[in-house]
Amino acid sequence: MSHIVVIGAGQAGSALAVKLRALGFDGKLSLYGAEPVAPYQRPPLSKKYMLGELQLDRLFLRPESFYADQGIELITGTQVTALDPGDRTVFLSNGTKVQADQIALTTGAEPIRLPAAMGGDLPGVYTMRSLADADAMAQEFDLGRRVLIVGGGYVGLEAAAVAAKRGLVVTLVEMAPRILARVAATETAAWIKAMHAGHGVDIREGCGLKVLKQSGGALNATLSDGTDLSIDFVICGIGVRPSVALADAAGLEIDNGIKVDALGRTSHAGIFAAGDCASFPWKGQRIRLESVPNAIDQAEATAATMLGGDQPYVAQPWFWSDQYDTKLQIAGLNTGYDRVIVRPGDKPGSQSHWYFRGPDLLAVDAMNDPRAYMTGKRLIEAGQSPLAAALADPAVTLRSLPLAAQKAA
Amino acid sequence: MMIKLSFVTSDGQEITTTARAGISLMEAARAANIPGILAECGGACSCSTCHVYVDRDWIGKLPGKAEDEADLLDFAFEPDEETSRLSCQVTLTPELDGMRVMVPERQG
Repeated sequence: MSHIVVIGAGQAGSALAVKLRALGFDGKLSLYGAEPVAPYQRPPLSKKYMLGELQLDRLFLRPESFYADQGIELITGTQVTALDPGDRTVFLSNGTKVQADQIALTTGAEPIRLPAAMGGDLPGVYTMRSLADADAMAQEFDLGRRVLIVGGGYVGLEAAAVAAKRGLVVTLVEMAPRILARVAATETAAWIKAMHAGHGVDIREGCGLKVLKQSGGALNATLSDGTDLSIDFVICGIGVRPSVALADAAGLEIDNGIKVDALGRTSHAGIFAAGDCASFPWKGQRIRLESVPNAIDQAEATAATMLGGDQPYVAQPWFWSDQYDTKLQIAGLNTGYDRVIVRPGDKPGSQSHWYFRGPDLLAVDAMNDPRAYMTGKRLIEAGQSPLAAALADPAVTLRSLPLAAQKAA
Repeated sequence: MMIKLSFVTSDGQEITTTARAGISLMEAARAANIPGILAECGGACSCSTCHVYVDRDWIGKLPGKAEDEADLLDFAFEPDEETSRLSCQVTLTPELDGMRVMVPERQG
């Protein structure tokens, strides 16, 4: 009987295993996870889970019994320590080794930590990636406690929103000249910054953390502008790195993640990769996405390849972030944009930002404006672009936006 | 309390399951491995890939739609003004015991 091993039991690994069964794979199927728990959703960790609005049992993607019911051997709390790509042998931290017919790597990404020299090893310094991270810092979230958040990306901003809502005193530092510098336009960053200011979060841009020191029962943070801040704990949101150590040691080709083709195949036959750990071709470039929708869609496409399919994966990137009562939805990738059209929404507090390169629509950031998001998403997926002048005119409805002439394919 | 639910897939297959009150219809569907309900955002009312049609005999027992749910549903695949819902926004309550829902042919 053929045996497929899926390494990494996060969103991608779980989706891949479930899809293999849905497509009729009836061989042996194993899913190995390093964390001690069944696959769960990460996005709520920095949102509803930290707010106490979503209990642990609802964080799990499926009930524990689901995997056995599906004939998926789920082994948690176990690292894969080595991989021999020649005969596809997998070595586990519990001492066993398993020979597989096909292997899927869905190892995800790991948070970048503050260097020890900056105080990154001190107690009270946290990252926000895993359930263990969220549970470890839960005890810190008491009214009036002071938190320093390092990094003004979406994870840091979501953590700031949760902390502010819980009544903490929140300072967020971003080394770059502005928050969201890597992922969003000035317009979106300014909108989000104003929202946080309205909730009392002290956002300091162009200001990094120099060093953390223990000081009595608290921490002292020295910032790059020379100021000192006394705080109770730190959340570090300075990004993630794809988890490629296993693949790299096995000799698989790495290029900003485990390099796969449009079918999810790595440089070695019989070994596949999907999700946050994998880089793949997209519109003539090679990209890697850190998002749940990509984890699911790429994993499912790769599962189909593993069962003999030949449909290339065409990513349709989208993202979301919830902060306070604001729902931010993002369609497309804005890389290479040369201008942004601001469109007021129909309701107070709603707005959308449309990224263009020349006449081509690349992406949309929609704040409290699901209609703008869905309209933008549909257009981007269809390769269509609205005329920018019409878009900027709120008198022109989303449904009646005139479109630019289609490019020749 | 456990709520009995019946899902009819687009090819006519009927799957019955039970779920506890308090979770969402989407979570019940995911636990029961109902095909055709993707729920990519995990229940954040951010995507519209958990669209279902609630049986006409049951739709009246559900609280109304919030504005963002209605906005997303407008863009779902073949939405029905009266019976379409995002299953992540439907919380299971004792009144819904026995509810029947239909899964659309596709999401988005």
